[in-house]
This record gives sequence, C-alpha cells and structure tokens, in this order.
Amino acid sequence: MEPIIIEGTPKTPTVKFNAAEGVFEIKGRSIPENSVEFYKPLVDWLDNYKESPLPKTVVNIRLEYFNTSSSKCILDVFKKLEAIHKAKNEVEVNWYYEEDDEDMLEAGEDYESIIRVPFKMIEIVE
Amino acid sequence: MSFNVENYFSDLSDKDIILFYKGNVDSDIINHILDTVEDKMVEMNEQPKLRKKVYNVLVESLQNLYHHVDRVPEDFEDQTSEKFGLLVVKKIKNGYKIITGNFVHAGNIEKLEEKIKRINRSSHEEIKELYKFILNHQRISPKGGGGLGLVDIARKTGNKLEYSFKEYNDKYSFFYLNILVTEDI
Repeated sequence: MEPIIIEGTPKTPTVKFNAAEGVFEIKGRSIPENSVEFYKPLVDWLDNYKESPLPKTVVNIRLEYFNTSSSKCILDVFKKLEAIHKAKNEVEVNWYYEEDDEDMLEAGEDYESIIRVPFKMIEIVE
Repeated sequence: MSFNVENYFSDLSDKDIILFYKGNVDSDIINHILDTVEDKMVEMNEQPKLRKKVYNVLVESLQNLYHHVDRVPEDFEDQTSEKFGLLVVKKIKNGYKIITGNFVHAGNIEKLEEKIKRINRSSHEEIKELYKFILNHQRISPKGGGGLGLVDIARKTGNKLEYSFKEYNDKYSFFYLNILVTEDI
C-alpha cells in the first residue's frame, strides 16, 4: 500500500500513514471548514489497510487545535482502528496534549470512552 | 429602514476592541481574522491556556457563521455578502469577549433559541455528555456543520451563552451571541 504523506497547512494537519511500518500520525492544526473533504481519503485508505493490517498498529495524534467539524472525522478514523482492533490485531493510540491543555486532554478522554481501543494520554512538557 | 447593526455597540471606539469585522464570512476572511487575533494575543503576552481557548472559540464562532447564516434580507444595505456576519473581539478584565451577529429567518429562531436554552440550563458535566452524544450520534449536515459548535463553546468557556434577537422585520431578526472567555476556569 502506498503511504499517505500530507504536508500541514495553517488549517489542516500533517498526516503520515505508513502501512509498511504500521505507524500513523496526525499532527498540527485541524480546523478546515470542510473537514470531510480532508478526512475522506484517510478513512478510505484505512478501509483498505483494515483488510490486511500489521499485527501491531501505532497511532500518534498530536493536535494543537481541532474544530468540531474535524472531531467527527477523527471519530471516523478511530472507528476504523476499532475495527482493526476488534479483528484481534494490536492497536495503540498515543494521544498527545500540551502541558496544561486540559481541553485537549478531555477531548482525548472523550474518544477513549467512545472507542474500544487502548489509549495512552501523553503530556508534552516543553 | 433605520436598522444599523453597529448601533448595538455604543462603545465601538473603545480601545479595548481588538477586532471588528462585518461583511462576508468566507474561508479567507476566517484565516485572516484568526491570524490577526492570534498575533495580537501573543503581542499582549497572554497565557497559552487563555490564548488557546480564545482561538478555539473564535474558530467555532466563525465557522458557525460560515455554515449556518441565513441570507440577508432583500432591503439590507449589504447585498453582496452571501454569508453576512459580524464579529467583535474585545479585551476585558480576565479575558476576552467575543460577539457575533447574523441574520436569522423568523422560522429558525425558535430552534436556535431552544438549543441555546438547553445548553444554558445544563451543568458542565451534562454539557460534556451532550457533546459526546452529538459527536457519536449525529452526522455532519449537508451544510458542513457538525451541530457541536455552540456546545463546544459552552464547554470550553464554562460560561453561559448570552444572546439576543433584535427584530429586523417580520421575516428576519438579527441574532447576537456574546461569549465570555475568562482566565479563571
């Protein structure tokens, strides 16, 4: 599978999905007006990856800001990961948040409570 | 029609107003406003925590306008703006006040007001649960909104949403939303 590599912009995150390594990363700001347009290719890609995933998939989410429209798309990404996990593959989500950013920590906890995949909350200390 | 949206702000010359905008709310304007306010907050040495909250609330407020405003009335002074909105960002003690304004069809007032009232009578815990429920159960509308903007604003600020509807004519009202983002939360 071809990896996805998208450079970040002021409104959209850097994305690196590498099927050969089983490491996926979303990093930066995700505040586009039309988040579906941005996330649909990622969700479709995960749909393919889901067919023959590696025994272990690691997902690093390191967002500075995301809007509510992205929050639904990020949930769609996690739902694909949940399906991979349910099919007896190891999936680990590392949810990074900046020091004192309780809102970002809470956002991670929201997903953790909805999605049945192990989450690790990691505080970034400057 | 003597209606003038600026009359609402008796203190517009106030030096504490760091941004005033009225006109079409498109993607470029949203970028420009976000950059301007972010730069000003850095210049004013605001704490990262407050800066982030203001930025988040500003994103949601502007994108609410972008996704949901109704068309302007036929006799309104600005007919070129497809998505007419108004925004004021004001520095206050302990934080910022963000005011948005937009036209709402008379037929849409009740639904909007009911939504705000529901949020305002909810506790912080209930708002968190409401957020999660909508996140998990509601699809993104054809307009592109997720129905989460106001809930998110209330959750992040911890403050009640102040609002008012000023009647423009029998078909339209102008809706003002006052959001307080304060430090001690």
